[in-house]
Amino acid sequence: MTEAAKMQVSDEIAISIQGMNKWFGSFHVLRDINLTVNSGERIVVCGPSGSGKSTLIRCINALEEHQKGSIEVDGTVLSSDLKNIDKIRREVGMVFQHFNLFPHLTILENLTLAPIWVRKTPKSEAEETAMHFLEKVKIPEQADKYPGQLSGGQQQRVAIARSLCMRPRIMLFDEPTSALDPEMIKEVLDTMIALAEEGMTMLVVTHEMGFARQVANRVIFMDEGQIVEQNEPEEFFNNPQSPRTKLFLSQILGH
Amino acid sequence: MADNNTNPIAYMRETPLPQLDPPASEAGLGHWVRQNLFSSVLNTVLTLAAFVSLYFIFTSTVPWFVNGVWQSESIRGCREVLEGATGGCFAVLTERWNQLLFGFTYSDDQYWRPTLAFALLFVAIAPVLFVALPRKMLYFTLLYPLLAFYLIWGGSIYATISTGLGFVVGYLVYSRFVASSFALGLIGGVVAAFVTWWLGGFVVDAIAPATPFLEEIPSRKMGGFMLNMILGVVCVSLSLPLGIALALGRQSRLPIIRIICVVFIEFVRGVPLITLLFVANVILGYFLPPDTNFDLILRVIIMITMFSAAYIAEVIRGGLAALPTGQYEAGDSLGLDYAQSMRLIILPQALKISIPGIVNVAVGLFKDTTLVSVISMFDLVGMIRGPILASTEWNGVYWELFMAAAVLFFVVCYGISQYSQWLERKLATDHR
Ligand SMILES: Nc1ncnc2c1ncn2[C@@H]1O[C@H](COP(=O)(O)OP(=O)(O)O)[C@@H](O)[C@H]1O
Ligand SMILES: [Mg+2]
Repeated sequence: MTEAAKMQVSDEIAISIQGMNKWFGSFHVLRDINLTVNSGERIVVCGPSGSGKSTLIRCINALEEHQKGSIEVDGTVLSSDLKNIDKIRREVGMVFQHFNLFPHLTILENLTLAPIWVRKTPKSEAEETAMHFLEKVKIPEQADKYPGQLSGGQQQRVAIARSLCMRPRIMLFDEPTSALDPEMIKEVLDTMIALAEEGMTMLVVTHEMGFARQVANRVIFMDEGQIVEQNEPEEFFNNPQSPRTKLFLSQILGH
Repeated sequence: MADNNTNPIAYMRETPLPQLDPPASEAGLGHWVRQNLFSSVLNTVLTLAAFVSLYFIFTSTVPWFVNGVWQSESIRGCREVLEGATGGCFAVLTERWNQLLFGFTYSDDQYWRPTLAFALLFVAIAPVLFVALPRKMLYFTLLYPLLAFYLIWGGSIYATISTGLGFVVGYLVYSRFVASSFALGLIGGVVAAFVTWWLGGFVVDAIAPATPFLEEIPSRKMGGFMLNMILGVVCVSLSLPLGIALALGRQSRLPIIRIICVVFIEFVRGVPLITLLFVANVILGYFLPPDTNFDLILRVIIMITMFSAAYIAEVIRGGLAALPTGQYEAGDSLGLDYAQSMRLIILPQALKISIPGIVNVAVGLFKDTTLVSVISMFDLVGMIRGPILASTEWNGVYWELFMAAAVLFFVVCYGISQYSQWLERKLATDHR
């Protein structure tokens, strides 16, 4: 990744999480999370399965409710107030492991649904935007097909385009490539790299360490609901501090 | 390879090989018969047995149809014409068709009214059933219930207009307040509609003309297949939205709503329909103030609607449960609110999965409308069992009458089932 792109990080705070805790019933899944993300920053979150990575990023757009501490997105405090939740969801796009496209709608309808109903964009304008983003993810020719007719990699790129159509300022990715066949991973990662180069604020849960090295400003390692370690990618991979990080890296990098 | 081959790739054919016909034993009628009817000893025996049974069925029923008597005054007239030969006495259908279709006491100079309502029904439901039709037709669909009501019951047109006005006022109030809160809009709309109807009641009484535009026909005069159609159409169209609401309510995060829905569904499903009909007929009368004139058809409609709504709710709940939670999360993460994600994402998919089950309930409900005959309403079956079979002229003409009833019901139910299969094929977009 180029220095130029890294320079786009501003002082403006995009996400600020302070002393956040979450329980599923009596199970303490997130413990004392403190995390500040600046606008334009690209953060990769990794850690063993079940460590709470998904739960953490799902708390940011209120798909999960946190019980203690505070989450602030672009200056809006996330509380049970529906108005604030709505506001934050408009700012934050999310890409899921299993794409979650709407199977009963065409690709174009998938992309225009939220702009038309949530942003009240006129249909023709929404379609124009949709085609613009489909070209960006390099599948404009699939606009009239249904999700079930596309390959996994294509579906995930459509899902990314669908989020982008809402013009979010922050994008969350929850293991976007782990449900894909190996030959399709690259096309999705390329799309995400292109997005990073445009300066999008991104929080990516992934085990693609090549991607982390190439685009991340910071890599965060989570274990048992805690942020164990965070550092710049080079430092993180070459000089991990905690023994748990070392163990995890040795497993994932196959040493 | 041959020298004159100009193809640079020597091993590639330039022309496809001609297709050879399959051997005669693998094609044609003879092959089909051998494969499907006589492939083994058991199969051969079964085939022969089937042919013998078909022969007996045909030889015994064909004369019954062919010799059938279509013109006669009574069953004795039929017997005289037949002189002991086998033959159906279809004259009962030509003599009593009006009672079978419209009931016992419906005046015959008014038959055109339900008939017109029936014809317009097709115009009204066409845009609902076929999305390809122009959406403007839906305005007629909205108007149709009032139109059909006035055509069938008649009376003072102001009552009908005031009913329609109540809906319009309710909708206006709803759309005025729904932006701030859905619950407020809904409650406001319902209250406004009832206030309009209440006020409308005074106005109608004041200005009702002595001779109304269409003569008023009381509910107790309705009967025959018309009554089955009225009950079937009204109850299906009311129980679908009610069933959706119950299914969603059962999933609600608010405990009170969830408990109300669960109790309602489980109670209604645990009680036979016939009990509910008796309740409608007899017991409701005790609870209502003595002088209330609460129409029997309306009471029966309420009971059948409740009954089928509970079943439809359970069918739709199955459809909702079949959707992955990712669909809800995708809607949420895009910022859609509850009503939007239900209407645009969840329900279209859940209803598509539920089509076979819903059609099953609808067809069952339509046939169950004949149960009203046990609370002495003269629907098609009640008509046959009561006034017609009890009359001296037609006592004993069971086969012909019940066969006619079966044919009428079959045509409607088969039509519904064919439509649902067509719809399922059309909606199959998931390519799994
Ligand atoms: N809805 C839920 N209810 C109860 N436990 C859950 C729920 N979702 C996740 N968990 C549990 O929380 C822990 C963290 O889950 P998750 O955030 O999905 O981990 P990761 O994404 O790091 O693999 C896991 O132990 C998981 O079993
Ligand atoms: Mg996860």
